[in-house]
Amino acid sequence: MSRLRHDLPNDLNGYFKETPSQTAGPYVHIGLTPNFSGIEGVYPEDLGRAVFDPGAQGERVTIRGCVRDGAGTPVRDALVEIWQADAAGLHAGIGEPRGVADGAFGGFGRAAADGDTGEWMFETLRPGRVPFKDGRLMAPHITFWIVARGINIGLHTRMYFPDEASANAEDPVLARIDPPARAETLIAAQEGPGVYRFDIRLQGERETVFFDI
Amino acid sequence: MEFESDMAHPEGAYFTRDRNGWHPKPCDPGYKTSVLRSPSRPLVALDSTLSELTGPVFGHDQLGPLDDDLTLNFARPGHTPVGPRIIVHGRVLDENGRPVPGALVEVWQANAGGRYRHRKESYLAPLDPDFGGCGRCITDEAGWYRFRTIQPGPYPWPNGPNDWRPAHIHFSLFGHGFGQRLITQMYFEGDPLIWKCPIVNTIPDRAAVERLIAPLDLRNAIPMDALAYRFDIVLRGRRSTLFENRMEGL
Repeated sequence: MSRLRHDLPNDLNGYFKETPSQTAGPYVHIGLTPNFSGIEGVYPEDLGRAVFDPGAQGERVTIRGCVRDGAGTPVRDALVEIWQADAAGLHAGIGEPRGVADGAFGGFGRAAADGDTGEWMFETLRPGRVPFKDGRLMAPHITFWIVARGINIGLHTRMYFPDEASANAEDPVLARIDPPARAETLIAAQEGPGVYRFDIRLQGERETVFFDI
Repeated sequence: MEFESDMAHPEGAYFTRDRNGWHPKPCDPGYKTSVLRSPSRPLVALDSTLSELTGPVFGHDQLGPLDDDLTLNFARPGHTPVGPRIIVHGRVLDENGRPVPGALVEVWQANAGGRYRHRKESYLAPLDPDFGGCGRCITDEAGWYRFRTIQPGPYPWPNGPNDWRPAHIHFSLFGHGFGQRLITQMYFEGDPLIWKCPIVNTIPDRAAVERLIAPLDLRNAIPMDALAYRFDIVLRGRRSTLFENRMEGL
C-alpha cells in the first residue's frame, strides 16, 4: 500500500482519510471558469461549456435556475456542475459497466451563475434511465453539484423532470425521501417545450433535498 | 484514457464521508456567509448509484503546454510574475491508498500581494500584469501532479472586523466518479495565520486541518529557481463488492 509522505494511516485498518473540504470561496471562477471571470487567453475555453457535441442523439433540453440562500437571495457567485447519462441511459467517461455511451455525448457541464442575477443555464439532452443498485430503473435525472462562498463542502443533489410522472413515481431515490413532500424540491418546473427551471434553495422553506452519497 | 481495472479490488459504493468533525461544519457562525448558505435539514443518505460512481474523463489533449505553469501562462513575453517562485506537487490517492491516475487538478490563487484577478475583488494590493492565477494538470499513472507558481500572499477579508486569510491555493479535484468531487485549500507550513482563520476553523479536527498544510520540500527545490511544497490529496475510496449482491445484469 502506498503511504502519504507526511502522514500515517488514520485507523487500524490502514485506510487514509479523505482530504477535508474547504469552501470554493468567492473567486472560484478564476480557477474553474477563467474566461467567464475575464481571464482570457490561458485556456481556449472554459471546461464544461458543452455537455454534448453536435450529432449527439437525443432530445435537446434547456435547464436553467438559480441558487438561493436562506433569505431567498440569489447566490450570484455559485458554480454549478452537472453529470448525467446519455439518451440511452449510458454514461460517458469512466465507471460505466453496461456499454459505451454516444461518442458525441460528454455528460459533464459546468456553469457559473450570472454575477448580477444569479441565473445559470445548461443546454443538454434528456437523459435515459439508469438502474438503481438493485436493478430497478431510476427515472431520468441529472446529478448536480453546487459550490460557492459560504458552502463549506460541495452539495450533491438531483434534478428530475416534471413530464416523467410515471417514471418519477417508481424512482427508488425519490421514494426514500422523508417526508415525501420534500421530493418535490427535486422536480424541475416546465417553462416551455424542452425548457425546465430547477431552482435550488440552500435552506429554509422548500429547502432542496441534498444527498449524503 | 484507459485505466487498468483492479480485479483484486472490485469496487462498490463510496466509503461514507466523515461529516462528524473531519469535514468542515456546513454552518459555522465564525464564517458568517456559511450561516445562510448551509442546509438546515439533514442530508438524505444515498448509497451510491451509477450516477455518482461514474464520472467524466479529461484528457491531456484538452490541456495546453503552459496550463500547469502559473508563472508563464498569463505573463507577457519575457516577463514573469512577482513573488517567491515555487513548485507545488504531490500525489492523489484514494482512501484505500491507491493512486488516482488521470485526475484533473485545477488550482487558483491570489498573487504575491494577496490580490485576486477578479472584478469583485477590492483589496488595495495591486494586480500583477504577469499573473492570472489559474492552472490545471492531470495526474500521471502513479497519481502525481505538479505545478509551477508563485507563493500567494495573505489578504484581509470582510468577515470579522480584522480577519485575514492565510496564504493558500485553492484545489479542485475530479477523481474517477462524480461522487468523489472535492474542492479544498492548501496552506503553507509555518504560516501563523492558519490557526486564526475562520474558514480553516470550520474544520473541527486539528489533524484534519494539518492535512491541508503543505510542508516545505527542500529536496525537490530547484536550486537558484524555485522552492517546493508537497501536498498529497486523498479522494474518497470505494468498498469491496465481494460480499455485496451485484446489480442485475452486471
